[in-house]
Amino acid sequence: MRPMSSLSRDEVAHVAGLARIHLSDEELDTFAGQLDSIVGFVASVNEAAADDIPPMSHPLPLTNVTRPDEVRPSLTADEALSGAPASEQQRFLVPRILSED
Amino acid sequence: MDAVVDYDEAIATYDPVMGLEVHVELNTETKMFCGCATEFGAEPNTQTCPVCLGLPGALPVVNAKGVESAIRIGLALNCEIAEWCRFARKNYFYPDMPKNFQTSQYDEPIAFEGYLDVELEDGTPWRVEIERAHMEEDTGKSLHVGGATGRIHGADHSLLDYNRAGIPLIEIVTKPLVGAGERAPEIAKAYVGALRELMRALDVSDARMEQGSMRCDANVSLMPKGAEKFGTRTETKNVNSLRSVERAVRYEITRHAAVLNEGGSILQETRHWHEDTGVTTSGRPKSDADDYRYFPEPDLVPVAPSRELVEQLRATLPEPPAERRKRLQGEWGFSDLEMRDVYNAGAVETIEETIAAGASAAGARKWWTGEIARLANKAGEPFVEFAAQRHVTPKTIAELDGLVTSGRLNDSMARQTLEGVLAGEGTPTEVADARGLELVQDDGALEAAVTKVIEANPDVAQKVRDGKVQAAGALIGQVMKEMKGQADAAKARSIILEQLGQA
Repeated sequence: MRPMSSLSRDEVAHVAGLARIHLSDEELDTFAGQLDSIVGFVASVNEAAADDIPPMSHPLPLTNVTRPDEVRPSLTADEALSGAPASEQQRFLVPRILSED
Repeated sequence: MDAVVDYDEAIATYDPVMGLEVHVELNTETKMFCGCATEFGAEPNTQTCPVCLGLPGALPVVNAKGVESAIRIGLALNCEIAEWCRFARKNYFYPDMPKNFQTSQYDEPIAFEGYLDVELEDGTPWRVEIERAHMEEDTGKSLHVGGATGRIHGADHSLLDYNRAGIPLIEIVTKPLVGAGERAPEIAKAYVGALRELMRALDVSDARMEQGSMRCDANVSLMPKGAEKFGTRTETKNVNSLRSVERAVRYEITRHAAVLNEGGSILQETRHWHEDTGVTTSGRPKSDADDYRYFPEPDLVPVAPSRELVEQLRATLPEPPAERRKRLQGEWGFSDLEMRDVYNAGAVETIEETIAAGASAAGARKWWTGEIARLANKAGEPFVEFAAQRHVTPKTIAELDGLVTSGRLNDSMARQTLEGVLAGEGTPTEVADARGLELVQDDGALEAAVTKVIEANPDVAQKVRDGKVQAAGALIGQVMKEMKGQADAAKARSIILEQLGQA
C-alpha cells in the first residue's frame, strides 16, 4: 500500500513522459504538489476500506455483459476518414513513425 | 552482420531457454468489442466504427463468442479457467491503435496453468507448460510510404487501415522451456505446429501464419551449461512460418553464443526475423516505452464464466489431435513411420478427405506424401497450396486411385495421368482418355508376350523353373516393354509364374 504524500517530482516527470505531455520545470513543481495532494485524498479511501471489502474496478456490481457475435453495419470509409486531418489511399495518413519497425 | 558460432559449439557450451508467445486471431464474425465485420482482405477502413476507431464516447461490449472461444482454447490447453477476470488497458502511443491503448488482460488472464503435449519429428513426446492464455484485440495495419522497400526506415509517412483493429486475439504464453538442449529449435517448431493443429481442430481460428492469423514471438536466452539463472533474453518478432520458428530460434542461439563467448552481454531487445536472409536484426531496446501503465478497463465489466458454462464448453472440445492421429493410424493401417511422414508433411486432413472421397488408405498416402509432396518440394511450395493451386483436391486423388484399383491404369500410367492433371489438362479420367492411357485388358495379348519373352530368355526362365522366383523380375520388365508399358505388372508376373510352373 502506497503511503500518503509519496509522489515525487521525478515520478511526475516520468509519467508525463509516458503520456507524451511536455511539462516545464515550473509546471512539474506545480503538478507534483497538486497530484501528490490528489493521491493523498484518494489514499484516505484505504482507511475506510476494511480487509473484507474486495476492491472493485467498476461502480456497478455487474459481470458478463456481452453481445452476440452478429455483424452490425460499420461506418463507410468516407465517414471513418471524415475526422482525419489527412488521408491517402482510403487510409489514415500519419506522420513518419520513428524508432520502431 | 552479427557474428555467430557453429550451432553444435553453442549447444556444447550453453543451455538455451525459450519462451514462446503465440497470437491467434479468432474466426468470429465480428470484432471483440464491437459489431464490425472481420473479413480478411476487405477494402481499407470499411470495417470500422466509433468503438474500434476510439472515437469519444464510444463504449465497447464484449463478443460472447470471443469469450467462449478463449475458454475452449484454455480447456484444450489443459488450463484452469478463471472464475472472475477483467480486461485491462495497455497504454502506448503508436498509430496502429487509434485509442492509444490496446484492450488486453494483465494479471487476470481467462486461462492459466496448462500444458500441451507435442510430438517431435522423430516421434519423441515433449510437454510444453502453458503459463496463460488471455484475450485481447488486434491492431490496425500500417503501410509505410516513401521508403524504397515499403519499410519504416526512410518512409515519409505512414497510412493506417483499421479494419483489423479490434479483431479478437488470444495470446498464448508458455512457461520458460528449459532442458531442451539441442532440440530447442525443433521443439519450438513442433509446439507452434501442434498449436496450429489444435486451433483448427477447435475451429476457433484458421491459424494461417502466412496471412498473420497466427503469429509467433520467440524469446531466447542462453545460460552456461548447468547454470540455473537464466541469461538475458531477446524477443524475435515477425516469425511467420513453422520453418521460420525453428530457424529463428536456432539463429538466435548461435548469435547469443558468439556474443557471450567474447565476454559480451546480450542486450534485452526485440529482434526482427528476416525470412530471406535467415538472420535477425536489432529492433528496439526495452525502455521506458515498455511501461504500459496497465489498469483495469473501466468501460468493461468483469468476465465471470459460470462453472456450468465451462463444463458445457468442455463438452464441445474435439478429440485431441494426437489421439485422433493415433485412431486414424489404426484405421488406415499405417506404420508409425508412415503416419509420422504424413503428419510432418501436414497431410493428415488431406488424406482423411481423400479416403472419405473413396480412395484406398495406401493409395491416398502414396499419392499425397509420395508423388505430390515430391513435386511440391521440387517447386519449393508447401504441398497443400501446391495442389490447391493446380486444382488437385482429395476428390481428384480419389478418382486417380480408383483408376488404379479398378485395373484401368498401372502405376506409371497413373503418374503420367497425375502429371496431366497438374498441368491443367482435366480430371484424371479426362487425362487418361485424352492420352489414351489404359492397360491392355486382353489377356491373350499378355499371354503371347510372356511366351515370347520366355523363349527369348531361356536362361532366366530356367532359373525361375528351378525355384528362383525373384528372377521373374527381369522377365516382367521385358514383358512390360513388349506391351509398351500398357500392361498390369502384377498380372504379367502371375502369368510368367504360371507358364514356368511356379504358380
